[in-house]
Amino acid sequence: MEALLYLGCTVPIRNLNYEVSARLTAKALGITFRDLEEFSCCGFPLKSLNVEDTMVTAARNLALAEREDLDICALCNACAGTLNEVAHQIRTRPEIREKINQRLRPIGLHVEGKVRVRNFMRLLWEEIGVEGIRKAVTRPLEGIMLAPHYGCHYLKPSELNVGFDSSETPRTLSEMIGATGAEVVNYPSLLDCCGGGLLGMSEEVANAMAARKLVDVSKTGAHALVLVCPFCNVMYEGQQKKIAKSTGLDLKTPVVYYPQVLGLALGMTSEQLGFKLNRIKPASLLKIVEG
Amino acid sequence: MTKINLNRLDPQFKNRVAEQPGGEGLKACFACKACTAACPIQPLDKRYDPRKIIRMVLLGMKDQVLGSDFIWLCSSCYSCQEVCPQNVRFTEVMYAIKNLAAQEACIPPGLMAQRSLLRKHGRLYEVGEFENEKRLKFGLPPIIEHPEDFEKLLPDQSVGV
Ligand code: SF4
Ligand code: SF4
Ligand code: SF4
Ligand code: SF4
Repeated sequence: MEALLYLGCTVPIRNLNYEVSARLTAKALGITFRDLEEFSCCGFPLKSLNVEDTMVTAARNLALAEREDLDICALCNACAGTLNEVAHQIRTRPEIREKINQRLRPIGLHVEGKVRVRNFMRLLWEEIGVEGIRKAVTRPLEGIMLAPHYGCHYLKPSELNVGFDSSETPRTLSEMIGATGAEVVNYPSLLDCCGGGLLGMSEEVANAMAARKLVDVSKTGAHALVLVCPFCNVMYEGQQKKIAKSTGLDLKTPVVYYPQVLGLALGMTSEQLGFKLNRIKPASLLKIVEG
Repeated sequence: MTKINLNRLDPQFKNRVAEQPGGEGLKACFACKACTAACPIQPLDKRYDPRKIIRMVLLGMKDQVLGSDFIWLCSSCYSCQEVCPQNVRFTEVMYAIKNLAAQEACIPPGLMAQRSLLRKHGRLYEVGEFENEKRLKFGLPPIIEHPEDFEKLLPDQSVGV
């Protein structure tokens, strides 16, 4: 299957380990990603200032994808959520569609809301599936314990995720982790929001939100926390040192992206999968897998 | 309870919020507090209370809502609107409130800076040679900025077109 890879602003600059591992694993599983050079920001950062600005910025990307007649796969939860939501509005609300098209006219674009937007996990879940992954695994991650973090915009608003996953009892990421042969670790704050959305407003509150999950996960003895979103990464990996310092806790929870662990299970090397960019090294995980 | 100065209430405020995209269902709120109980910010900063914010909007306390800095604390996690029995889409209501605050020029500087970057580069982070060289080392294709559309797409100072 073929899809347009939507990178957004953050992943291709700050999270090359995520991008590189997503591209490699997709390819190995028979998914063809095409790049569209003209893709730009999804519009999410404008939403607090002006919702309509977000809609036109998102719609620009949707219109470009429509011209290619291909669906979109996004790596960032917030990008996927924003594009998906705007596509939904364009499809279901003619007055919004009209307004957006008026604003797209000066740049020569038109949007109908035809393309489907999925995040990378949903694409894997629906196109490859747990069984498909299990069959493709050549190096099962036996003895590895992994804790999933879905992220709010992965699961919510739930009206955008009908037929995919449940916001109260999510299972997709957990089962996809299980398909690699690793043991999925459960913990009380599984559904917590990372707090990334307010880091710019109040670092103190944001850190307090992320702290609970980091503490829970470190207590489980998991080898790593598994993410699918660069924003969640800002909190759990980027802020972890500061959180440890301010709370006086001994935190050292490695944070990895799902396609990185998937890639290991598919026999790829940690070097190929960009592990050297992980800031808190998952040393014991890699030792078990690669010796 | 702080006393409410009735002279400063704006009876049109709730309508203005409800007219914003996402603000629609606001008036259906029956103050059950489910949103507040679900909100992760509320226990960390007591000033931030979804149910109370709705009450303030319905009462017309425009200045107190738009002028307060706590409205920018919402993490947009959607927990509140998932649990609302009245289908109030409170995460979207918060965006409606912030959009109005932005029109009245109470904008956190960080957000304005992001907007300028977007208008200039079409992206949140500028992409230069350094970034693309790093990408090349990982075998990744270069990112090419396409800023030309954005000045047309996002009007100057358009906060509140
Ligand atoms: S959500 Fe963030 S990273 Fe994703 S495109 Fe939008 S601004 Fe960029
Ligand atoms: S956990 Fe935080 S960054 Fe991640 S999707 Fe939710 S709000 Fe966004
Ligand atoms: S959950 Fe809904 S009805 Fe209940 S207080 Fe919150 S917004 Fe109002
Ligand atoms: S979206 Fe905002 S108001 Fe709603 S629960 Fe999350 S932080 Fe609280």
